[in-house]
Amino acid sequence: MKRAPIYCTHNTNNMFSTQTDKENFDMSKFPVERIRNFSIIAHIDHGKSTLADRLLEMTGAISKTEKNRQVLDKLQVERERGITVKAQTASLFYQYQGETYLLNLIDTPGHVDFSYEVSRSISACQGVLLIVDANQGIQAQTVANFYLAFEAQLTIIPVINKIDLKNADPERVENQIEKVFDIPKEECIRISAKLGTNVEQVLLEVVKRLPPPSFNRAAPFRALVFDSNFDHYRGVVANVALFGGCLSKGDRIVSAYLGKSYEVNELGLLRPDEHPTEKLFAGQVGYVIAGMKEVKEAQIGDTLYHQKHPVEALPGFKPAKAMVFAGMYPMDQSDYSILRSAVEKLTLNDSSVTVQRDSSMALGAGWRLGFLGLLHMEVFNQRLEQEYNASVIVTAPTVPYKAILSSPRLIKEHGREEITIVNPAQFPDRTLVREYLEPMVTGTIITPDEYVGKIMSVCLNRRAVQKNMIYIDDRRVMMKYLFPLNEIVVDFYDHLKSMSSGYASFDYEDAGYQAADVVKMDILLNGKPVEELTTIVHKDRAYSAGKAMCERLQDAIPRQMFEIAVQAAIGNKVIARETIKAYKKNVLAKCYGGDITRKMKLLKKQAEGKKKMRYIGTVQVPKDAFINVLKRKDK
Amino acid sequence: MLKTLLSVSGGHVLFVARCFSGEVICGVNKLAGLSPPLSTEASLYVHWPYCLRRCSYCNFNKYIPRSDNQDVMSECLQRETETLLRLSQVSRVTSVFFGGGTPSLARPSTIAAILETVARHVALSEDAEITLEVNPTPIGSSKLQDFFHAGVNRFSIGVQSLCDEDLKVLGRDHNSKHAVETVAEARGLCPGKVSVDIMFGRPSQGVASWELELEELLSLCDDHISLYQLTLERGTQLFSQVQTRQLSMPSDDITALMYETARKILQKRSYIQYEVSNFARNGAISQHNMSYWNSSQYIGVGPGAHGRFTPHGEGVCREARTQTLEPDVWVREVQLRGHGTRRRIPLGHLGLLEEVLVMGLRLIDGITHQHWQLFSPGADLHHILTSSAEFRDLQQKELLILDNRGLRCSWKGLAYLDCLLPTLLLQLESHINQEQEQARNTPRETTL
Repeated sequence: MKRAPIYCTHNTNNMFSTQTDKENFDMSKFPVERIRNFSIIAHIDHGKSTLADRLLEMTGAISKTEKNRQVLDKLQVERERGITVKAQTASLFYQYQGETYLLNLIDTPGHVDFSYEVSRSISACQGVLLIVDANQGIQAQTVANFYLAFEAQLTIIPVINKIDLKNADPERVENQIEKVFDIPKEECIRISAKLGTNVEQVLLEVVKRLPPPSFNRAAPFRALVFDSNFDHYRGVVANVALFGGCLSKGDRIVSAYLGKSYEVNELGLLRPDEHPTEKLFAGQVGYVIAGMKEVKEAQIGDTLYHQKHPVEALPGFKPAKAMVFAGMYPMDQSDYSILRSAVEKLTLNDSSVTVQRDSSMALGAGWRLGFLGLLHMEVFNQRLEQEYNASVIVTAPTVPYKAILSSPRLIKEHGREEITIVNPAQFPDRTLVREYLEPMVTGTIITPDEYVGKIMSVCLNRRAVQKNMIYIDDRRVMMKYLFPLNEIVVDFYDHLKSMSSGYASFDYEDAGYQAADVVKMDILLNGKPVEELTTIVHKDRAYSAGKAMCERLQDAIPRQMFEIAVQAAIGNKVIARETIKAYKKNVLAKCYGGDITRKMKLLKKQAEGKKKMRYIGTVQVPKDAFINVLKRKDK
Repeated sequence: MLKTLLSVSGGHVLFVARCFSGEVICGVNKLAGLSPPLSTEASLYVHWPYCLRRCSYCNFNKYIPRSDNQDVMSECLQRETETLLRLSQVSRVTSVFFGGGTPSLARPSTIAAILETVARHVALSEDAEITLEVNPTPIGSSKLQDFFHAGVNRFSIGVQSLCDEDLKVLGRDHNSKHAVETVAEARGLCPGKVSVDIMFGRPSQGVASWELELEELLSLCDDHISLYQLTLERGTQLFSQVQTRQLSMPSDDITALMYETARKILQKRSYIQYEVSNFARNGAISQHNMSYWNSSQYIGVGPGAHGRFTPHGEGVCREARTQTLEPDVWVREVQLRGHGTRRRIPLGHLGLLEEVLVMGLRLIDGITHQHWQLFSPGADLHHILTSSAEFRDLQQKELLILDNRGLRCSWKGLAYLDCLLPTLLLQLESHINQEQEQARNTPRETTL
């Protein structure tokens, strides 16, 4: 069924001015019935930010100019990668049947690495717009995002974007949506966010289809903190959704989590820039500045209430859980403090990164950082480099293993039976452990069917177990696999992309822990273990991992006056070996008057390099060798 | 310290005065480098930049002449010799070496004129070693007698190989027959003072054939042999031939074996290895080259030539000097400004000691304590080195020997010299830095 487009006036300027006007809004004029809180969720590059730009323009939140390119994506990395890292929020005013509605668009990150942030955002919503590219169709992240919204029992409005593209096939996409998500295809809205085609209808459907928030203005004040930012001048800016009551400037509020009380200095709407108001009411979304000094004081998921009217805290969010760890070291130790302050500043705004100080004999002082996922890690590194101009060595990512202890002594020491192992140095011996566990994920792969065979064999090689496989239309297949997280953290995604000429998409979600036969593998140089190269590997992968490591070291360590055995070992058992042959001779043949300058320069350089050598026994290992072996392979 | 200060010649009163006026520490530290031993004499290197053709392995500073500019070059070499001798204020030149390029392409009259220029300005004794590098081509050999009459008393002949096939690959313009004839003729002129250069590690060369070739060479050569491993230099024809796999170089292990074998054969035939690449019998060591390894002063004349001397006219410490590289530009500069020096780098105390160490350890006798003391009156080798555990380890492994004669490499250690030097250089540097630190912390009165 094709709906006739419905046009309505949206002359919001009559009642509410554009952002340039600093007139105060009377927020009491917006009862919950005329409020809609929604998010836009989509696979990367399916046009979420462009749609947001159009919605902001049409409702007068921003002026309609050529420059409106993804207004909500503030970070350089967001604009470059076409992803949203930090969720942004904007309140829109929309005229419908003679009434002004307050539509709160709560922008979400576009990747499930940020599912934590997505879950924060959508818990403040009653509905979502699920955007799908009319050309590419459903992709892996579309599926992941759908389930997040579905599980939160939100109303889902499917929107098929980019219908202006030459190869657009909205009908096929509608069929996919019906098949995969069980949403009748008649409910899909076909738009072109780029050209503005049918975008008006999206606003209309938001008002018509989404339920208003069911909160009571007369109840005691209660607000959910769903995001926070740090501002150097004003401290913490908390984004809040009011689940009841109202909040005014000067109110004394309390954080349920910390029990600390604060006075509200400023509050208001995000349009998307901050626009102060006198009050905020139940069902509304806005920001609060209340003299909080650290983002830790505005914990995501915390509840705020009036000091005089304590209420029960809202059910909290799942705390962010680091799933991918990587060491991070300054390229040059003299840059340590610069890097430290950059890491501190970045984590001020990203509470989901866990930071632990670490030091490596080879790479010096640094950190072990925990990330929600691979993209999260990449985005963090890219921001460090772009926004803080920091030059860093990032080690290959690892995952957190667990061990169920059997040794009563160890259990007593740790105070519990199950421990998490982030650093291979803490890996308890097999004899002290009942079993080891490794983190698992459910991976979703959507691919044109001609690549299915190749992808299946790669998944098998990565110890993945297939859960199901369905055709989402006559050419595309969706497969679900249970993967050990460790198998996908390094290069799986790149491999998948190149194998499928870029057509396959992949996403994953946490699937708990599973017993695994993991072992600690040491790397030895002439019999002496190299601490920083110890890794935890699955037993089946130990040989290939050990061999690869030995080969990389063989290339990276220069020949010396004696032979060097490079070995990978599990316990006392050597499983792989490479040999670096000894120099038999190393002396410049000719050295006369005209050769001295050049020779001295060379020797001085070698002497300088020697200062930076790490000694494993008598073996000199240049820092570069560690970097080559430890660092993530460049893409 | 004061004693050393006072011993410098009158020209340095100015420096002493400045010393008292405040730059005490700086003055004291530079002091040892200020007046290196025997600053009244130097050896002289003269560079003839032209070759008839380019050898496939050579990236040295040499040019194929576009026109006949023998006269201009001769004139400029004389003029620059004069300039630098004056500047150095030496009273004696101990040896002269004509290198290149292909200096045997120069006219004997040019060689004679330069030697006369030297003799006009400073003492150049009858028995001073005057070496000429000779390319063993028929043209070159016919001139040997003329060179001899011009004053040359030692010939260094670039035989390189006795295998004609290899000589072609290397791009040499002679064959083994020419080489044999040239050596014979040179020996006739200067018996006991002829050196031959031979090269190993050539493309596709094997150890067995190398042994035979060396034996053959020994049957015709004189008392001095220089043995070089062919090194692959970027930008040469040979380099690209190896890159594109038209030629293959023997592995490091093979060349190490070739070196080892050669050392043994030469030793058996009573050639004493007195330096990494140089062997002599009957005491026929090269005086001129010894001056490099002993860190004596030397003056370099000609395009791209290097020198190490104290320019008393312009400075107070030894300088590393380089002449302008391109012959045409060098000629123009000498003509216009009277000199072709392009770069002057003062060698500080540490810099000089580093060179003494690096060059001295190339000698089989190494660095004697007396020799070291000439440059480092304040700190002896024991004092500097024995605190380093790494140095002691090298001693223990019998790669380095430090005894009451001095510091030297063992037979085995000499082949590993470039692995040993960084350790020694670091230890020397940290010692000197410590010394300076102490000097800085000592009140000025005590220093003076």
